[in-house]
Amino acid sequence: MSFTRRDFIKLSAAASAAGLVGFPMIGRGAAGKTVVVVGGGVGGATAARYIRMFDPTVEVTLVEPNKEYYTCFMSNEVLAGDRTLDSLRFGYDGLAKRGVKVIHKAATAIDAAGKKVTLDGGEALQFDACVVSPGIELKYEGIAGYSAEAAEKMPHAWKAGPQTTLLRKQLEAMPDGGLVVIAAPADPFRCPPGPYERASLVAHYLKQHKPKSKVLILDAKEKFAKQGLFMEGWKKLYGDMIEWVPASKEGKVTKVDVATNTVFAGELENAHKAAVANIIPPQSAGKIAIVSGLADDKGWCPVNPATFESTLHKGVYVIGDACTAPPMPKSAYSANSQAKVCASAVVAALSGTTAPTPAYTNTCYSVIGTDYGISVAGIYKLQEGKLISVEGSGGVSKADAPAWVRKREVAYAHSWFTNIVKDIFG
Amino acid sequence: MKVKYMSLALLAAGSLAVGASATAAPDAGIMLANTCVGCHGPMGNSGGPATPTIAGMATDTFTESMKGYKEGTRPATVMDRIAKGYTEDEIKAMAGYFAKQTFARPGQKVDEAKSKEGKALHKEHCEKCHVEEGKKDEDGSAVLAGQWLPYLQFAMEDFTTGTREMPKKMKSQVEKVQAKGPNALDSLMQFYAGQK
Repeated sequence: MSFTRRDFIKLSAAASAAGLVGFPMIGRGAAGKTVVVVGGGVGGATAARYIRMFDPTVEVTLVEPNKEYYTCFMSNEVLAGDRTLDSLRFGYDGLAKRGVKVIHKAATAIDAAGKKVTLDGGEALQFDACVVSPGIELKYEGIAGYSAEAAEKMPHAWKAGPQTTLLRKQLEAMPDGGLVVIAAPADPFRCPPGPYERASLVAHYLKQHKPKSKVLILDAKEKFAKQGLFMEGWKKLYGDMIEWVPASKEGKVTKVDVATNTVFAGELENAHKAAVANIIPPQSAGKIAIVSGLADDKGWCPVNPATFESTLHKGVYVIGDACTAPPMPKSAYSANSQAKVCASAVVAALSGTTAPTPAYTNTCYSVIGTDYGISVAGIYKLQEGKLISVEGSGGVSKADAPAWVRKREVAYAHSWFTNIVKDIFG
Repeated sequence: MKVKYMSLALLAAGSLAVGASATAAPDAGIMLANTCVGCHGPMGNSGGPATPTIAGMATDTFTESMKGYKEGTRPATVMDRIAKGYTEDEIKAMAGYFAKQTFARPGQKVDEAKSKEGKALHKEHCEKCHVEEGKKDEDGSAVLAGQWLPYLQFAMEDFTTGTREMPKKMKSQVEKVQAKGPNALDSLMQFYAGQK
């Protein structure tokens, strides 16, 4: 038995095609290189896991202040009483098993030039590459009278956890015949169909328990994600229980009054006295991205979509809700998909190899009610350095689809949840 | 020279076996397959309750399914919109990845009595094409054993309502199973779903 160069090439190709990881090839090697991931949500946890999966010789440290993460996706089912908050809770043991070092502290600064992340308390972590996935910061100041304290009375519930529980409790306590106001922000914001799924599932709860109540969506926009499908579903399931008011019809919320639970909207500041007020304020990239100079003047982080490396700071990558990567929406699946592209790019950069052509996707389900789900899907690719939707692909569920389609989309929504959280947290 | 290449080749084979000490970014198949696993589960093994496992699917079954979705010949909720986003070569690369993964069967709760009936029905009507009790994907049969029950029910609903075309042989066998009673098809699916 003798091997020739050709045999080696053949065998190498087979090994590369077959294995989860490639084969040792010419390159500097990434052994001992250090990656610090800031933020343990969907993007950060996925990136940390996938960097270790692609190359277990890279040292990965995840910096995340909380010991547990509550997914915002599916939290509207908690508001409806159809799911427990516990079912949305995930820890970091799965990442630790992959060899990710997890530090439960807040990052206070990212120094791209000095290649270090400073933690609360002063400790600094050196890195060869840094992946930042800080999610969103709520801009309370965008609505007069609203604040972190006010959110204890008029919850945003746009970061899952105690806020979700608070809003659920308020819905349970409100009288039949009361008004639920949902203030929806202008684009861009986390989870574009989220406020409308929320209105649907609140109505789903009210219809069963407080059928005389109403849901009023006051919107800072003229149109919203999956609009036609939501409106079709609302009419079918809830009649006229849900009312949507666009910005042009005095929908934009400008002010709130906590003492009287009143929401003011439009140029004339029409007062809407709410039994329950859910105020979803405007947003920006997470604070750490802002203070580290990773965001532009609009508050979001510009990136090269081929790698998700910041266009403002070399060696620092930004993924998830915080980055700007149109036409990908700010969704969990986008963050998960971006994290994998980013992980591949980081491993390639650290090892001196070439990353494969990136592939991106998004699928986002919204549950409107019992056996009634809808979705949007997108497949993206790079064209001349820019992300585009692959022509003819993606889009939303069909209008006027038969009942079996809507029913299956709920089953697939729940399957997506089961599978994606496993992909994120291990 | 020959000796040098041999050692390199063994190194390559070694890394394949232990799956470690690599310094390369993933290949194109993995990159593409990574876009599927958010819904279909890590390495194509779905945790349910409905999305099918695609790990261990034969490459031809995979490419034919995607073709069906793309062309609209196979009913879909979302897969038609997704399949249109990938080229033939990309679909082949994904197919190659999933065909190499192992179909995991952690076990589902099923009706034991029905499953027993289903096993007998399988032997009589289905084993000829769905070989090894539905565990092997041969000639486009797909893997049925261990597949999620709601998925099997959705697929059978598509077949029996005529939304999805059945191969001739399958049609005649399904009709024979249906003739055995209103619960016969359900028993058959309980059998496939329950296998570990």
